[in-house]
Amino acid sequence: MSVPTLAVFKLASCDGCQLTLLDCEDELLTLAGEVRIAHFLEASSALTPGPYDLALVEGSVTTPADAERVREIRARSRRLVTIGACATAGGIQALRNFADVEEFTRAVYARPDYIDVLATSTPVADHVDVDFELRGCPVDRGQLLEVITAYLAGRKPDIPDHSVCFACKRRGTVCVTVAHGTPCLGPVTHAGCGAVCPAYGRGCYGCFGPSGSPNLRALIPLLHRDGMDDRAVERLLRTFNAAAFDREVRS
Amino acid sequence: MTKNPAAGVLDRDGLSALVEVLIARGRTVIGPTVRDGAIVLAEITSADDLPFGWGTQVEAGRYRLVPRTDGAVFAHTAGPQSWKTFLHPPRERLWSAERAQDGTLSVTGDDSGQPSYAFLGVRPCDLRAITIQDRVLAGGRYPDQGYRERRTGAFLVAAECTEPGATCFCVSMGGGPAADSGFDLALTEVLDGAGHRFLVRSGSEAGQEILADLPHRPADAATRDAARVAVDEARDRMGRAMPPVDLRTLMGESLEADRWDDVAARCLTCGNCTMVCPTCFCTTTEEVTDLTGDHAERWQRWDSCFDVDFSHLHGGPVRASSRSRYRQWLTHKLSTWYEQFGSSGCVGCGRCVTWCPVGIDITEEARALHDERAGRLRHEQRKETEQ
Repeated sequence: MSVPTLAVFKLASCDGCQLTLLDCEDELLTLAGEVRIAHFLEASSALTPGPYDLALVEGSVTTPADAERVREIRARSRRLVTIGACATAGGIQALRNFADVEEFTRAVYARPDYIDVLATSTPVADHVDVDFELRGCPVDRGQLLEVITAYLAGRKPDIPDHSVCFACKRRGTVCVTVAHGTPCLGPVTHAGCGAVCPAYGRGCYGCFGPSGSPNLRALIPLLHRDGMDDRAVERLLRTFNAAAFDREVRS
Repeated sequence: MTKNPAAGVLDRDGLSALVEVLIARGRTVIGPTVRDGAIVLAEITSADDLPFGWGTQVEAGRYRLVPRTDGAVFAHTAGPQSWKTFLHPPRERLWSAERAQDGTLSVTGDDSGQPSYAFLGVRPCDLRAITIQDRVLAGGRYPDQGYRERRTGAFLVAAECTEPGATCFCVSMGGGPAADSGFDLALTEVLDGAGHRFLVRSGSEAGQEILADLPHRPADAATRDAARVAVDEARDRMGRAMPPVDLRTLMGESLEADRWDDVAARCLTCGNCTMVCPTCFCTTTEEVTDLTGDHAERWQRWDSCFDVDFSHLHGGPVRASSRSRYRQWLTHKLSTWYEQFGSSGCVGCGRCVTWCPVGIDITEEARALHDERAGRLRHEQRKETEQ
């Protein structure tokens, strides 16, 4: 049996998610023994053209060139997994979706006509079929390893899409909203980070995007009660998963 | 309160000695302690860790720690955890498997030994909850071994309730602030001119034995009376009550109620109510493999009927809507639990009311369902009369 090949690609993103793979220090040597890293620019300049058994794609589609490239990646990959808030929800750059991107290019660039950019930043799944979407800004190291391990074992990854509250309660964190009156997006946010922020006494700011069944409309009055005005709520929702939360607000 | 010849009185030093004696006998003592703006349950190493001088103010969706001037230690209501955190932990490894180089598999059960717990300050509502989980997890044909070992080994020190909160409704669920059975020792905190002390009663041989090791004096009439009055008064100070109807029938006759839509619009489906509930027991199993595939483990972890994936069968979830998930939780808790386990699943501790971020109140929902049913019945009767 040949060793499966792993490829890592990026579109519009900060590289943080793919760095999470290099951050798997204890498991990195084992991983290198189980897969052949065929394309991973952050780790090596030795590239092979594919096809790839497992492709991890970071970043969102923001240009016509990205859209074309992700179709090529899909064509060369047996399994395509998107990693991170950019690839799964459009990222913070999806703030452009609420504004006029041509106005930005006119304001920023001396020659806006050189800029070939799409009006929106969109997740990879809007352009090609995706086998699995791993959320987070950045993705969680343990979850990334779980996805790769599950692929190698030929099983479904164990990545629950319930709320952050599940994680808070399992680790014994006192609810920051109920006990402190701190605004928190935990009840509508996808678990996966291990509920890091509430464990340090601050509210969740939704970097894993909406959970599997968020009821944002029911949470917003609580954010108001706990001191946020409309503008503050909008800013809280418009971060790394701006487009995904916006869709929930409108649904 | 039952009369017990073994009743005695402990002062604060006696309480300290209780913790010391339990630890000296190799027990991990779990008790209430202040952390992160709440009274949580955690391992304590001395009575100094207990929440002397702290109380709580609770409402639906709201919990605040407040200082008390009287120095009371058990005058607080249910925090975000219950004893199930220790008896039925959030995550537990069930077994591991290794694949040797020649391909043979070996499976090892997780028999690493269970801690010998002593629970200090178990409320009467939580004593009932433990009894309910005993039936669910340790009874029947397939008992949960880990639970059974932890439970049978545990030493329970009850603390009768003298300070119910605004979300408490144990009396309307057939319980009350007094501890009658199911404990090794029961304490009733007394604070009056004669000082801060605890009436202590033993409820088992093990309790009797520990009590003998503690500095205590025989129970005097004044302490007994003060303890009885404090508990009796607590009975009348429950902040909430379930509607005085047969909840089991009410749920069965409310399956198509409009109220479920109303509550579904407010429900976050975040799962907090089930996680804080001292009787909710649902779990899922998680298979963990390592990168090489040579090592695998099976873990059990808390799950919830509010998780869409909880009812996922072939093709999708059975309970996709939040209406159906909330209805499942409430009807199971108050009604179908009887068919399954012979009692209600609710003890009236109020945790689900307090710790629901949006403050959904199980007693208010039951009352609304009751009102809706009453309206429906009136309407039907009117129609019959008109015919």
